[in-house]
Amino acid sequence: MNGIDLTLRTLHRGERHLAHDLVTVAERHRTEHEVHHVATDLARWSREHMRQLAETAAERGVKLGEPPDHSTDGVFATLREKASEAVVHRPEPGLLLLRDLRELHVRAAENSLHWEMLSQAAQASRDSALLTLASSCHPQTLRQMRWTNTMIKNLAPQVLTSL
Amino acid sequence: MEDATDRIARPWGTRVPYGRHETWPARVDTFLAEGVEPGAVRRWVQSASILHSDGDAMDIAVADGRMVGVRGRDVDRVNRGRLGPKDLFGWQANASRDRLTRPLVRRDGQLVETDWDTAMDLVAARSRELLDSRGPGSIGFYTSGQLFLEEYYTLAVLARAGIGTNHLDGNTRLCTATAAEALKETFGCDGQPGSYDDFDHADVVALFGHNIAETQPVQWMRLLDRLEGADPPRLLCVDPRPTRVAEHAAVHLAPRSGTNVALLNALLHETIRHERIDRDFIDAHTVGFEELAARVADCTPKWAAEICDVPAARIEEAAELVGTAEALVSTVLQGVYQSHQATAAAVQVNNLHLIRGMLGRPGAGLLQMNGQPTAQNTRECGANGDLPGFRNWQNDAHVADLARVWNVEPETVPHFAPPTHAMQIFRYAEQGSLRMLWISGTNPAVSMPELPRIRSILSQERLFTVVQDLYLTETARLADVVLPAATWGEKTGALTNADRTVHLSCKAVEPPGEARPDLDIFLDYARRMDFRDKDGGPLITWDDPESAFEAWKRCSAGRPCDYTGLSYARLRDTSGTQWPCDDRAPEGTARLYTDGISWAHPDMCESYGKDLETGASQEVVEYRSLNPDGRAMLKAAAYLPPHEEPDEEYPFQLTTGRTLYHFHTRTKTGRAPQLNDAAPDVWVEVSAGDAERLGLGEGDLVEVTSRRGSLRGRLRVTGIRTGLLFVPFHYGYWDTAGGSGPGPDTPGRAANETTVTDWDPASKQPLFKTASAALTLVERGGGRPSPAPTTTASAPVAAGAAPPTSGGPAARTTEQEPTEFPHGHEEGAR
Repeated sequence: MNGIDLTLRTLHRGERHLAHDLVTVAERHRTEHEVHHVATDLARWSREHMRQLAETAAERGVKLGEPPDHSTDGVFATLREKASEAVVHRPEPGLLLLRDLRELHVRAAENSLHWEMLSQAAQASRDSALLTLASSCHPQTLRQMRWTNTMIKNLAPQVLTSL
Repeated sequence: MEDATDRIARPWGTRVPYGRHETWPARVDTFLAEGVEPGAVRRWVQSASILHSDGDAMDIAVADGRMVGVRGRDVDRVNRGRLGPKDLFGWQANASRDRLTRPLVRRDGQLVETDWDTAMDLVAARSRELLDSRGPGSIGFYTSGQLFLEEYYTLAVLARAGIGTNHLDGNTRLCTATAAEALKETFGCDGQPGSYDDFDHADVVALFGHNIAETQPVQWMRLLDRLEGADPPRLLCVDPRPTRVAEHAAVHLAPRSGTNVALLNALLHETIRHERIDRDFIDAHTVGFEELAARVADCTPKWAAEICDVPAARIEEAAELVGTAEALVSTVLQGVYQSHQATAAAVQVNNLHLIRGMLGRPGAGLLQMNGQPTAQNTRECGANGDLPGFRNWQNDAHVADLARVWNVEPETVPHFAPPTHAMQIFRYAEQGSLRMLWISGTNPAVSMPELPRIRSILSQERLFTVVQDLYLTETARLADVVLPAATWGEKTGALTNADRTVHLSCKAVEPPGEARPDLDIFLDYARRMDFRDKDGGPLITWDDPESAFEAWKRCSAGRPCDYTGLSYARLRDTSGTQWPCDDRAPEGTARLYTDGISWAHPDMCESYGKDLETGASQEVVEYRSLNPDGRAMLKAAAYLPPHEEPDEEYPFQLTTGRTLYHFHTRTKTGRAPQLNDAAPDVWVEVSAGDAERLGLGEGDLVEVTSRRGSLRGRLRVTGIRTGLLFVPFHYGYWDTAGGSGPGPDTPGRAANETTVTDWDPASKQPLFKTASAALTLVERGGGRPSPAPTTTASAPVAAGAAPPTSGGPAARTTEQEPTEFPHGHEEGAR
């Protein structure tokens, strides 16, 4: 396996983790409506990145897995949502929310760096298919980071000064 | 044309046809209370309407110290003497016997009367206690789109620099937040580009999700008059309901709810494909064209037809209409603003005008509309989640400038994050970090989405709620302190309509009992809190409406909404004037961007923009690289399906909206007999096909249920789109046994029992147009008709299914040639 294949595999895993984490955060913070809705939307981007990564990898003879079927997590998803509704009137989940947003940001930043590597390698090896892949996905990863950063910026003052 | 017309049965009155490029002829509408002869009127007091965003100028008739009627001001550019049904009859609510006349405080669970000192001391004491123990972030203010400019400005100063909280927003979040955001995204700054006068010059008028016949009935009269005159305009109507606009439209599209971006992208696709674009304009004044063209390259009418469920041929016709217009006016309202992807869709209308070069000249008008009468003031004064004067919270120079105006240190004004939007303020109250919420002039217990949740937030013991209103509204019933406010006609102030026209509304009569103007209440609070500037002087230096207006002028100086050329004296002499009005434009400004894009430069813009899909804020560095020269920004967006789509359990799409005869939560219009009788109770609209399929008919009592809650109303079978239900949002509980919400004997009545807590990430405007719902029969109507009006979009599809809506003698209004009145005449728009 060469370095490009390795990066594709790493990125695929990274996007899978991010998709999973976004959905989990959306469920855990069901009562933070904007987080819930936007995180759910952003998970779709990561799943789409996985699909495209798998396609490109397959052309190179590398087999990557399918995007996870989220419905298998049904019981836990419901539990997370119910837990969120149970503490709707409590301020403490705010701290958990900030931690979760931070984790999402770090996860997205890792993916972003891997997209950067992939894009650089694509240019060095004049692989236009690979470059197209990176330039279509990387901007969305940056937008995922910008979103988590904005939410942290907007929510942190209230959460951290009210406890 | 001296005429007495029943203006409930004929809401738009008599036609006065006029041709293209002519001045709209005046027609003076007068309504006097029964038994009052014109000669008995002692004084006519200058004002303008606060029951919609049109800004209809009127005079209030006063006899024996009370209001006895109203008359349109023929000299005014906005309405040329005409009045809509709400203008004509709504004023009677002022004298309603259930006006609040004394402050109330909650003792042992009950609201009891008290005096002003006791009530205000309580509010001030709680504020100080919270400031000491929890800091400014524990206090929030939720205001209105229905107060006056002077009141918002005073509130903005006391909240942002006095308390130092970031939590101040208006209910404009529910109606006009997307208009502001879309203008900021495209032009870098809020500010309505067009003018109502553009209706006189347009050859095509495109209305996107804007039922102008019911929301701005006087401008609809203008369009009706043009439709009957020489060289009439052709209309494009995008609306899932059979509105009056749809009836008169050359092309009517009734798309599936939540598909605006797909439709607009197809219109842009066709415009570009047929090269119906203004290359010179694009090159000179915009950035982003290539990206936009690429984004819509695949958005063919055929593609959009699938998503929108509208024939591709109709989309092509619509594209031809807007693409070949010589002078295109587009207006946008709640069908776009209250759907998901609200900002993304509204911005595509801006894009259409930019690529066609339809901006800044007569008839080439872009109107991102408002819902409420003073929403524009909430926005410009910074009572809405922006800083006053369209200053940019991310630009330190703007914050420093604001601090200079207020004579405070820049750190005093919170600007570490964007001003908190209303939905988030309520969330902070829900999770307990916000402990005091002061609600002025609005009724969230009826108007906000998902009412069971809102009631549970407002009913919390730990949340200290102050409600300032005219009546014991659903929200006031849940408050800890209720402050009785004076309203329109009982206080003086300025108000600015959706096309930037500033009017003065003067005090005509005394308020009832101990009710006080909102301005006086805010000033009283500021005195009790002893807010100071950085030199130890009082933070708020004004003490009446005129001195507050003068203070606002200083804050607006040099900003896009410059008021420095205006004064109370000038507004009295000239009637409505459009801002900016300063020494460069002493007569006011009909249109913005007549000479290029003026406020998008990185150093001047109000906002660096947001990601339309995620709402993430952009930073100045990105903005500067994208738009170094301050041009208009063509921002592309991909269509996304709504979060909630119909399924087996909830098979219908549900949309809420207004009716011609009511305003907001009906607190005033429900107390005006003619208006109340015209639409006395909630109803549910369904299409003829769905009604037949389900075996339902006119007047059947039905239940509408969503995942959040349910309501009951009588069914009206109309020409609405198949698969869609409509429920008017005005109805609540103040006139039911429930009082503040549903009770044992009061089923759900408010549309918002069913709506979803979800909002557009960019504008933070809640979604009222895309929910899923089920419809079930409760009991047969048995010949009892639905209370829905027959004169409007709610008209029954089968003629004669319900008795025609009429007001009878009680609604007789005179419509006269203006020459019989003493006003001088002025030239019209041209």
